[in-house]
This record gives sequence, C-alpha cells and structure tokens, in this order.
Amino acid sequence: MRADLDLIKDWVEPGKRVLDLCCGDGELLHHLQTEKQASGYGLEIGPENITQCISKGVNVIEKDIEEGLASIKDNTFDTVIMTQAIQIMMRPDEIVDEMLRIGKECIVTFPNFGHWRARGYLAFRGQMPVSKFLPYTWYNTPNTHFCTFKDFERLCVEKNIYIMDRTVVDNSHQHRWWIHLWPNMLGEIAIYRITK
Amino acid sequence: MPAVIPEDSVGIVQAQSIEFTEPLHLSCGRTLDAYHLTVETYGELNSDCSNAILICHALSGNHHVAGYYSMDDKKPGWWDSAIGPGKVIDTNKFFVIALNNLGGCHGSTGPNQVNPETGKPYGPDFPIMTVDDWVESQARLADYYKIEQFAAIIGGSLGGMQALQWSINYPDRLRHCMVIAAAPKLSAQNIAFNEVARQAISKDSQFHGGHYYEQNEVPKVGLMLARMLGHITYLSDDGMKSKFGRDLRSGEISYDFTPQFEIESYLRYQGERFSTEFDANTYLLMTKALDYFDPTAKTGESLSKVLSKATAKFMVISFTTDWRFSPERSQEIVDALVYADKQVSYAEIEAAQGHDAFLIPIPRYLDVFKAYMQRVEGDTPSLNSQETI
Repeated sequence: MRADLDLIKDWVEPGKRVLDLCCGDGELLHHLQTEKQASGYGLEIGPENITQCISKGVNVIEKDIEEGLASIKDNTFDTVIMTQAIQIMMRPDEIVDEMLRIGKECIVTFPNFGHWRARGYLAFRGQMPVSKFLPYTWYNTPNTHFCTFKDFERLCVEKNIYIMDRTVVDNSHQHRWWIHLWPNMLGEIAIYRITK
Repeated sequence: MPAVIPEDSVGIVQAQSIEFTEPLHLSCGRTLDAYHLTVETYGELNSDCSNAILICHALSGNHHVAGYYSMDDKKPGWWDSAIGPGKVIDTNKFFVIALNNLGGCHGSTGPNQVNPETGKPYGPDFPIMTVDDWVESQARLADYYKIEQFAAIIGGSLGGMQALQWSINYPDRLRHCMVIAAAPKLSAQNIAFNEVARQAISKDSQFHGGHYYEQNEVPKVGLMLARMLGHITYLSDDGMKSKFGRDLRSGEISYDFTPQFEIESYLRYQGERFSTEFDANTYLLMTKALDYFDPTAKTGESLSKVLSKATAKFMVISFTTDWRFSPERSQEIVDALVYADKQVSYAEIEAAQGHDAFLIPIPRYLDVFKAYMQRVEGDTPSLNSQETI
C-alpha cells in the first residue's frame, strides 16, 4: 500500500462514512472497508480504475469532480479524502470548499512544489522541474496548480480552515525526522487533515 | 441461423407457461382472477435456491432472452450477448429466469389472449399494468420456484425500472439490483414521445378501438409509425450519422416522396417488421406503464426516502449518447441511493449507440458487468463455498 495512504488510514476512525475523490483503483477504500469497517464511495473517471474498484467490492461512482459536487448534500460524509489530485483541479480552492461542505473533515495530500529539488531545478536550470516523482513537462502536465506547504496553509488561513493534523513525507512516503526541521524545503508530499 | 450452436450459448431452449390461480389485485383497482406467465429459464437452480437471477424486459422485450428455438432460428434471444455459459451472466453458475410480463404479447396473459369470461381476446379491456403489478406477478413467479431471495435482479430501460421497484417493494428478496439505462421516472418529453406513438396507433383506421382481432385486421400503419418514432429515440444522432449519414440508396436524388435516404428505408423496414411481430394493444399498455412509473408517487416522499427501505446493493449503468434515458437520469438514481446511504456503484459507458447500447456487447460495458457479477457471485453462498472447496 502506498505509504501516504497508510498514514491516512490512521486518521479515519472506525465505522465512518468516507468519500474518496479520485479514488484510483480503490486501494485506500478497500483497506478502510476491511480494516476500519468504513462505508462510502470512491469517485473516479478512469474506466480501468472503475472496473478495478468494482472487482474489489469498493463502491465507485463514475463522476468528474470538475463538473461539481452539487448533487451531494451538506455533511453527507464523515471524512472526504483527496490524495495527490488537488494540483490537477481547475480550481483547487473551490474543491476544498466543496469537500468541507459535504464532509465534516477532509484529508488532502499533494506534492510539495517548494521541495529543494524543485527549487534547485528551476533556480539552476531555469526550467520547470521534471523528476521521477513529477515526470511531466510543462506543456503536458495534468498538474496545473502546483503549490507549496506554505501556499496551502495560506489558503487555509484565508478560508478560516482549521488544520487538525499535518505531516510531511519524502517521495518514498517515509517519515524522516529531518524533514520536520524545514518541511517546506525538505518534504515532498504534504498530508493535511482539515475541518471548518 | 447458427450452423452449430456456439459453445457459450445456452443452446436450444423452450418456453413454458405457468398458471397462477391466486387473484392479482392491480394498481388500477381491477383484479386478474387467474393468469399465466410465459417463462424461459437457463442454468440450474441450486438446492438452497440462492443462485437465481431475474431478467426484467423492456418495452418490446419478452421471455426469450438467450439461446435459439431451433437450428433454423435466424437470431438468438434479445440479450444472448450477456447470458450463457461463461458469459457475463454465467449460466454455469446462475439460474436465470426471464418472463414475458403481464400485458405482453408473447404468450403471457395479455390483450391478445382470450379472456375466459368472454371467450374473446381481452383487447383494450385488458387492465392497464404498472411496474408495481409486474413486480407483484414476478414475486409470485419467484414463489413458484421457491426462490426466497434472488442473487440479482437485472434489467435495462423499463426492465431497470422493475429492478429498482423490486428493491423498494421486496427489499429482502434480492441481494443485488442492476439498473441499466433507466430513469427514476419519465420526463415530460419521454411521455410526449409515448403519446405520439399511442396516437399513431389509436388513430389507425384498422385499430377499431382496440377490437381489431375480431375484424381480422391489424393497425399496421399506426404500429409502424409508433415504432419508427420510438426507434429514433433509441439511437443517437452520432450513431445515425456514422451508420447512415445522408447516404442515398440509389446514389442520386429523385425529387419525389419515395424513400431515398438510407435512414428512411431503414426506419420503414424496422417499423414494418415490428408491426407484424408486435401487438398494438400491448404497445399502448407498455408505454402507459412507462409513463406511470414513479416510485415516489404513492407516498409523495423523495426518491432517497423511498429507497431508504432497500437493502440490496446496486449497480447503475448509463450510456453517454443515450438521450431517451440520459446519464443524468441514472445519476438521479445514484444520488438518491448515496443520500439514502445505500451501497451503489455507477458507470457511464462511452457508447455511440444511444439507448440501444444496453443491448450491445460493448467491451467496457461487459468489463464492468463482469466485475460486478463477480461480486454477485461472491455474495451467493453456494457459489462462494464451491470455490473454497
């Protein structure tokens, strides 16, 4: 299991109603269902992923999040999760608003563009960073809204969002003690647990 | 006509008629004292009767879902692509039941059958049927086979509406509910199309108020027009464009009213063929059942409230170019199920074939179907234990 998903698992209490936005092949929901007796759904648009979810016994709904979540009523879910997808959204700020409307709390993970490698790439090569972890070039990347930890936290302040928990990991999704010395420089993936 | 029966076919099948003598009280207030249902089954019912799947048919469907009646048969049953040994609905594992609904014209008690009270065909005097009535008659069919709970009830279009109604009326009698290319109720536009079809039939001079059997006549023109209109709503603009475009039959325009465009002759052919195979009174009745379908009408509650009674797990499927029952209509069902905290999965299949897509073996459709049927299998105790032995 992807290590960021493993960390998220600990933030979901047993028996909760969960919505996983861009749920992929349903790995996280499958674990939450079997180990935490969670119920809920994944939203996904990838045909292969949808079939995978159904095979796993994960409830999956084919839905393009960009078209809005208006059909879901307020506070329908205990926890709304979005892993590694907020940076591909047209309006990340609106998605965060929507997540907090339909869920009591939200878990968001995203790649940190303030990481030293990304900074170094741009500073020394003068080009948009390309790495194993961020393999796209500027013209074909789905990641249209990169942000750093600082950027995300500023958004939370502006929107009066309360950060319940935060953690950072490296690109192998491991906690390293030194990352926490300077997370915006040393952390590669941010994991936030937020509420209104 | 198959030269040999394909290995994944249920093979040569036979329909049977089952009599029911307990009166059936109908939504319209009338009662059918006795009736019979024409049924086909495929596969074997297991000892604890837990592997049964009910297939509900749409407007012009019937009990002949899979297999051939003889080696001379031109075509297999209407959903043969999905049902058979090793197919998505695997008859090696499941016992599949399909029936001709009451009011139908393929053997079950309906307008073209003799009314025992008068000795004449029911004709227009046959009571109006509703989806509720069909569910009730299907529940009695389940009793006949001693099936307490279906592994799944599956239907497309009007068939999907029956599956949905089952989950509300008899929550304990199905574990899975597959609602394909359906809607929670018809829109004004849907009803409008049905009304034009009904007018075409009832205004045909050979309709005789529905008593055309005695006159030895058939309102062929009306039925043909109704089918042509219906057929347009089953296809998509894109599908028609790629299949026919503006192609001409003879290559040039003849400046008269003969059918010149391929689409014209195709529709005429479809309409004419249908008018010789289907009963006009049944067509009227089926369109009315569609119009009246609304699971929320009885109580006035919201769809999610009505569905809160359901205990089945749901799989809802729609098709991108279906404009008769568009993906948005399926999403209404999904939204209501999510709000009611029910187990539901939903797939919107990319398909050019419009509403008809639900009958076509589109690869992604079959993938989703197959994946969900594995889940149905997993929830069927006897099939599960067979695997672990």
